[in-house]
Order: sequence, then structure tokens, then C-alpha cells
Amino acid sequence: MPSRPDGGATATATRVLHGIGVSAGTASGPVVIIHRAPAPDPDEPATTDPALASRQLRAAMRAVAAALTERASTAPAAARAVLEATASMAVDRGLAKAVDRELATGSGLGRAVSDAVDGYCARLRSLGGYPAERVADLQDVRDRLICELRGLPAPGLPDLLGPRILVARDLAPADTATLSPRTVLGILTEVGGPTSHTAILAAQLGIPAIVQVAGLADVEDGAVVGMDGSLGEVLLSPSDAEVALLAERSRRRAAVLAGPGGAGATRDGHHVALLANIGTAADAARAAAGDVEGSGLFRTEFLFLDRATAPTLAEQTAAYTGVLRAFGTRPVVVRTLDAGADKPLPFASLGPEANPALGRRGLRLSRVREDLLATQLEALAVAHRATSADVRVMAPMVSTVEEAEWFAVRVRAAGLPAVGVMIETPAAALRAEQVLSAVDFASIGTNDLAQYAMAADRLQGELAGLLSPWQPAVLQLVQVACAGGRATGRPVGICGEAAGDPLLSLVLTGAGASSLSMAPSRVAAVRAALRLHDLDTCRRMAAAAVSARTAVDGRRDVLAMADPALADLL
Amino acid sequence: MPTRTVALASAVGLHARPAALLTTAVNESGLDVTLALGAGQPVDAGSILEVMTLGAGHGDLVTVSAEGAGADAVLDGLVALLTRDLDAE
Repeated sequence: MPSRPDGGATATATRVLHGIGVSAGTASGPVVIIHRAPAPDPDEPATTDPALASRQLRAAMRAVAAALTERASTAPAAARAVLEATASMAVDRGLAKAVDRELATGSGLGRAVSDAVDGYCARLRSLGGYPAERVADLQDVRDRLICELRGLPAPGLPDLLGPRILVARDLAPADTATLSPRTVLGILTEVGGPTSHTAILAAQLGIPAIVQVAGLADVEDGAVVGMDGSLGEVLLSPSDAEVALLAERSRRRAAVLAGPGGAGATRDGHHVALLANIGTAADAARAAAGDVEGSGLFRTEFLFLDRATAPTLAEQTAAYTGVLRAFGTRPVVVRTLDAGADKPLPFASLGPEANPALGRRGLRLSRVREDLLATQLEALAVAHRATSADVRVMAPMVSTVEEAEWFAVRVRAAGLPAVGVMIETPAAALRAEQVLSAVDFASIGTNDLAQYAMAADRLQGELAGLLSPWQPAVLQLVQVACAGGRATGRPVGICGEAAGDPLLSLVLTGAGASSLSMAPSRVAAVRAALRLHDLDTCRRMAAAAVSARTAVDGRRDVLAMADPALADLL
Repeated sequence: MPTRTVALASAVGLHARPAALLTTAVNESGLDVTLALGAGQPVDAGSILEVMTLGAGHGDLVTVSAEGAGADAVLDGLVALLTRDLDAE
């Protein structure tokens, strides 16, 4: 173990910091702090020699571009393109001239850079879509230029000298693009929520992560910490015994996960299909190569985002055929376009909305832009005929029987074999029996169901407590929806983050879920959890979670009913 | 001043790869080249930020202008870029 750099008088007692564990697993090692980007120096003098300042600016621009190009040369292919594009912005002629104009008004150099970049950012944002997404890259350029001009270390992820635990206020998308489980032992952030970019990426990569860690700002660069991404605990200056205990927990977890693979089932043989959530053709290929029974959620948005015009029938057909072929005879549940005011598409914009999450998104958008849905269904039908795959098509954001019927008519008319709906509104959950009578299956999206049941914005990290899938109100809606499935004989699966939580997977199974669809990295832990428990225990867990007084009580009560070996999976 | 006006072929509009290819070609030419959307104000066609923030979409009419030795040949090359769907290739 590395020696403790602060092993002197200040670090004799272990202190524990708490946060929200968002990616399971344990780690210990030295931390590296990802610096927050500094603002321009507030005491910066006004520019009196614009020509000199302009030369300093151009030197800084060249230095920043060179550093980015250098990083690009050793980065993986996907990250390389991002870094090279960012490097070209760093030496952009338009940016240099815009800064010159600010300098001519007497602005200090840092302030001039900041104002010139803000001007471009506002214009990019107003264009929406792909240009708007470049704002983060351009802000990264600004931060790097300001650091260069102020003689400060570059912000963002430094080149790691060895395995480290990353500590940051929050991680920018540009930082996470280059993360590797080989060098990143774990991730700790001060802010961010369980559905933040950082959390989702860490879980996908299998890197332990804790967000909203209180007191993290006091941790110093190079300090040794231990962390448990399941418990959401950070140990400052852990003892050798504590480090050994963390490692032991990782080892036991690996042992439980090493059990036999195959179809998901409880100890007494009740089958629960274990499915993968996928978002791209590459995801499909990776997931299909793994031990999963199919895909319970194929998000088709990737084909539509970053585009000025809708993808053509031929383009969609090729993409869907590729995904269906990857899964062979295993089922693939395709969700039709889930776009709306928060994920605006230039070719399908219905104008700005005050409450995008409550606006014309998902199926509501499809009903206004029926042409988009028609092309998508036709492409799926052609892909289905070409592959004879077990394709099932479902609509996002359904609230009523009429909406389900409207969708079912079109899917069946396209010649597709199975039609279903997402249950992500309380209305659809409460009326699941009636909604299911119009379709062949349903899938509960727990993230949106929690957002709408609790009236809490998913994008607000501060509302994480309200958005917990353990909220008894949310689980009661899940139970009601599953009861609708039993009454109609139609399967009801789960495809939200909750499905990938080993403890919750037992509750969801007990509530009556027929399948669980999750990030592929979660499947092994959920399979192991199911195998440790019989269906009757799962049912008692579901009843306990729904009747619990609070989300925290519910989780505690269910954990107390679980096999002790389950604790190693969390 | 030599000038060409063409309809933009790129399906995604003038950003991402199409914009990068255009600005690279302009910078390699060594000439000052401007780009205008419709009847709008011309911008520096060698600046990726200026080109992207123009907001030119598929089918929009754009005008490239250049001055200096070989301007016509440079513009012909740029027109060839603008009238292909660069993102699809």
C-alpha cells in the first residue's frame, strides 16, 4: 500500500465522510484532485497595450492547443475526436479576433477571453442540437486559456501517474470521456445525483463512485482514502486493517458474482428474464455478446440526436437490422423516439415549453409528428422481416388507454408482432389493467415514474432523496401496475435504474415483474441476488417495502430479510 | 471579388465534420475567405466558431468570397466541399 503522505500528527484518527453510493465496489489509494476552473483574476489590470495582450493571447492559444493535441495522440479513438475538435477551437481565428475586440475596449486579458467565449456560447446555445452541445467544449477551452494566462495548472483530468481515486466538485463530460478503469480506482464528487452523467458512466465502467460527499473539499491532493461505493462511505487515512477489510469485501463480492450464469431465476426456479438496456448499435453488439436474455430497452434516440434532419428510412432500417441481428432469437424491446422539449430535435421542435418534462414529449410528440413515427415503424418492420427477430415495440410517455390504443393500431398495421407501452406516469400505473388490455406488454420506467409520482425533477441532484426508487409511493405504483399485468395475463417488466439494484430487484420480482432490464454491467449482481432468495421471500420483501413508513425504513427492513451474502453484492 | 453561391448539401448543416473540413481547406489556402448565409453578414470562413454560429442548415444558400492569387481555384474547391454531404461520407 502507498505510504501516507499526511501520516503525521493530523491523521491519527480515521474520519468517515458520507455520500450517496452510485456505483458499487470498494477501492483504496491516493486521491488526485480535479481542479475547478478558475474565473479570470478579479484584480486583473485593464489592458493598456492591446497589441502586447494580443500576442500573449495567441501564445496561450497555441500552448493550450498543443497540450490538447498531445493528449489526443494518446487517447482512445472516441475521445481523440473530441480532444482534436477542442484543440482546433483553442486556436480559432474568430475567437482570437473576438478577444482582440474585447481588448480594444480595455478589458483585462482573462476577462476579454471569458467575455468573447461567452458570446460564442450564447450563439451556439441559441442554435440548439449539435452546436449547443459544443458549449461545454468551448468553456473547457476558456478555462484552459485562463489557467495558461494565469500560470495555473490546467483544469480537468491530469495525466495519471498511477491508479488514483478521482476527487472533484463534479466531473465534466470532457473529463469522463477518457476515464479508464485501469487507472481510475474510484470517483468521489461533492455534487451530482444518482442519475448524473458521472454516476451513469461510472456504473457502466464498473468504477466505484460516490456523489454528494459532504466534507470532500477538505481532502488534499495525494491523501490516501478508502471508499465503499455500496455504502456511500469514504474513510480518510484508513488503517491497514480497514484497507484489508475493503479488499476482502471486493473479494467476497467477486466470489458471489462468479456463480453460474444463464437465465435469471429465484432459488426456487421462478424465472425473471435478465435483459440489457442499450442505446447504440455498439451497445447492442457488446450486450449481445454477454450473458443476457435479450434487450428490455433499446433507446432509439441515438439515431436522431445531433441532426438537422430526420434519419432516412434506409438509415434507420440498417441500424435496427444490425441491432436485431446482434441478439439473434433473443427478444429486443424497442422504444420509439423519446424526444421532447428537454431533448429537442431541430427537425421535430414544437417550440419552447415552460415545463418540458410535462410537455409534448415521447408519444405526445409522435402524435403531432406522426410522419416520424411512421418512418420508424416501417424501418422496424423491414428489419423484422429481414431478421425474423423477436422484436417488441413500445411507446414512451403513455398516460391513457386512448394513447395506448392509438399506438397499438399503428404498430400492428405496420406488421410488427408485439406492441407495448412504458409505464412511467402514475396515471398509467394506476390504470395498468385497462392500458394493458390495449397492448401485449408493459415496461415500467422507474426513473420517470419516481419523477412524476414525487413531482421531483430528475435533473435536480438536490432532490435525490425524493427520487429514491425506495419511496413507498413509487413502489406501490409498481405493485399496482404489476397487478394489472396479472389481471390481464400480460407481462410487465422493469427497465429503470432500479432493475439493476440487487436488493431492489428482489422487491420488484416480489411485486410481480416478469423481467428486469438494466445496464449490462449490473446483470451478474442481480442474477446472483435472485439466486439467493425464493419467490415467497421476494413477495414478503415487496410487501414490506410498500408498507414501510419511509424510503429509508423500507430499504432497511428489506435488507434485514435478505440473505447475509447479499450484502457483498450491494 | 470572386464569389460563388451554392445550396448547402450537408444533411446536418454546417457544423461538426463539414465545418471542420471547410475551415481546414480555407486555412490551407492561405487566402482570406468569407462565408455568408443568405443575404447575411459575411464571416471569416477560416474560423470554426464563426462558421458554426452562422447556423446554416441543409439546403440553405451560402456564399463564399475570396480575394487574391488563385481565388477562383480556391473557391471552386470550397464549392465542391459545400455541395457534397460531407457527414455521410
